[in-house]
Amino acid sequence: MTAPLLDIADLHVSFRTPRGVLEAVRGVSFAMGREKLGIVGESGSGKTLTGRSILRLLPGAAELHAKRLTFDGIDLLRATSAELRDLRGRRLAMVMQDPKFSLNPVMTVGDQIAEAYLAHSRVSRAEAREKALHMLEAVRIRDPGRVYALYPYEVSGGMGQRIMIAMMLAPDPDLLVADEPTSALDVTVQMQVLAILDDLVSERGMGLVFISHDLTLVASFCDRVLVMYGGRLVETLDARELGRAQHPYTRGLLACLPQLSGTEGDLPVLSRDPAWLEAP
Amino acid sequence: MIEVGDLVVDFGETRAVDRVSFKVAAGEAFGIVGESGSGKSTVLRALCGLNRHWSGRMIIEGAQQGPVRSRAFHRRLQMVFQDPYASLHPRQTVDRALAEPLRIHGLDDHERRISRALREVGLGPEHRFRYPHQLSGGQRQRVAIARVLILEPTILLLDEPTSALDVSVQAEILNLLQRIRRERKLTYILVSHNLAVVAHLCARVAVMNRGRFIEALDVAALRAHRTQQPYTAQLLRASEGYDRQAAEALVTYD
Repeated sequence: MTAPLLDIADLHVSFRTPRGVLEAVRGVSFAMGREKLGIVGESGSGKTLTGRSILRLLPGAAELHAKRLTFDGIDLLRATSAELRDLRGRRLAMVMQDPKFSLNPVMTVGDQIAEAYLAHSRVSRAEAREKALHMLEAVRIRDPGRVYALYPYEVSGGMGQRIMIAMMLAPDPDLLVADEPTSALDVTVQMQVLAILDDLVSERGMGLVFISHDLTLVASFCDRVLVMYGGRLVETLDARELGRAQHPYTRGLLACLPQLSGTEGDLPVLSRDPAWLEAP
Repeated sequence: MIEVGDLVVDFGETRAVDRVSFKVAAGEAFGIVGESGSGKSTVLRALCGLNRHWSGRMIIEGAQQGPVRSRAFHRRLQMVFQDPYASLHPRQTVDRALAEPLRIHGLDDHERRISRALREVGLGPEHRFRYPHQLSGGQRQRVAIARVLILEPTILLLDEPTSALDVSVQAEILNLLQRIRRERKLTYILVSHNLAVVAHLCARVAVMNRGRFIEALDVAALRAHRTQQPYTAQLLRASEGYDRQAAEALVTYD
C-alpha cells in the first residue's frame, strides 16, 4: 500500500485569549489520497482552520499541535519556512472563498496567473504568459487573450473564481484546498466551476479538499465527506451514503434544510446536545 | 393589495428592471427568485421607496405611489435585509435599536412594545440591553425582525433574510417568519436566490432574469418541475446539487 497523499493525526489548533485558551480544532485525524474529500460544518466548526493547517497558513496567534501532519511523506510539522514556501503554490495550493479579496486589484488577471507560475518554474516571461493563457482556456474562459488583460474589477464573480483556480492550478499542484470556492457564486455558475474542478482532479490525478457549509452540495460533488462540529470530526461518510448518516448532528443538519420537493409546516430545528462536543 | 405595472428602473445605461408587472393579494406570500444581477432586490428597493428613480405604476393598499412616500406608508411597509451584521448599528443596544422606530413614528408605551416585540421573535429580556456583537447571527436577524414588527406593519419585504445564516439557524428564522405571517396576517414579498427557501415560504413565485419577470408559477408547479421557460428548468436543476451532465448542458440565457 502506498502512503496517503495527506495524513493528519490528532490535529489541534488553539488560540490564547484573555479569557483562556480557545480550542478551535480538537483532535482531527484523517488521511486522504488523490480523491475529492469534503469537509462540512457550520460557522465556527473549525473546518477552515483545518484546511489552513494543511498549508500551515494559520493566523499568527494560532497554535498548532498534531501527532502527525504529513503531505506525500513530507513532515509539515518539522518543515522550515523556506521548505513550506517552496511547497505552497507549487505542490500544495489553496483557493479562497471570495476572488474580490484575493486578487490583486492593480494587476491584470493574466499577469497574476503568470506571476504565480513564474514563482515556481524556471521559465521565461513569454512562456509564463503562454501558460497563463492556456490555464484560462483550461477553466473554460472564452477568449483568453481578451480576459488576460482585464483587471479584477472588470470580471464577474464566477470568472474571478475561475481565474483564482487557473492561478492555483498553473504549477500543477498535487493537493488543492478549496475553502468555500463556490459559496459566493450563483447556482449555475457554481455548477460550472465545480465541473472544472471535477475534470481537473480526474485529469491530473490531484487531491482536493473541498470545504463548505453546504452538506448536500458536498455530498453530490465529493467522494467522501467529513462532518465537523465544535472543532471535532463527528462523522465520516461515503458521499453516496449521506442518507445513512448516523450522527444526530449530521441528520439534524439534513433535516432542517427546506426541500424543493416539498416541506409542509415548520422545519425541524436542531437541538444541540452538549455531548456532541465530547464523545465522537 | 400590491399592484405593480411596467416597473422600470435604470442605472445609467443599464436597465436593471425591465417592465415588471405583478399583483400580490393581502395575506399572500409572493416570492421572487433570480441570480445575482437579475434585478430582484432592485424591485424591492423601488417598492419600499429606497430607490426613487423608477417609472411605471405602483398601487399599494389601494393608493397610487409616487417616488416619495409618507411616514404612515413606511410604518405599514417594512423591509428586512440580508445581513443582520450590517443592518444593526454596532454601537446601539437592542433596546435602542427597537426604540428608534417608535420615536420616529411618535408611538408611545415603549416599554410594553419593546418587550412584546422581543417576546414575539423569541428573545428574552436578557437580550434587551446587549450590543449586536454580543449576539449570534440568528439572534441579530431576530432583532432585525423585531425592529420591523414593532411598527405593526401589514407588508414585509424580505431581501434574502436567511442567506447569511447557517442552515440550522435558517430553519429557525424561516419558522419564525412563517409563524408571524400566520398570526399577524401579513403580506410578504420574499426575494432569494434559494429556490427551496422561496418554495417553503411562498405560494407563488416569479422567476427573474436580466431585469425581466420571465415566468410566474405556483409552488406546486415549481416543486413538480412544471416550468414553461428553459431558464427556470435550468435553475431548478442547478439547485439540486452537482451533476456533471447538467453542468455540461448549461446555457446562458439573455
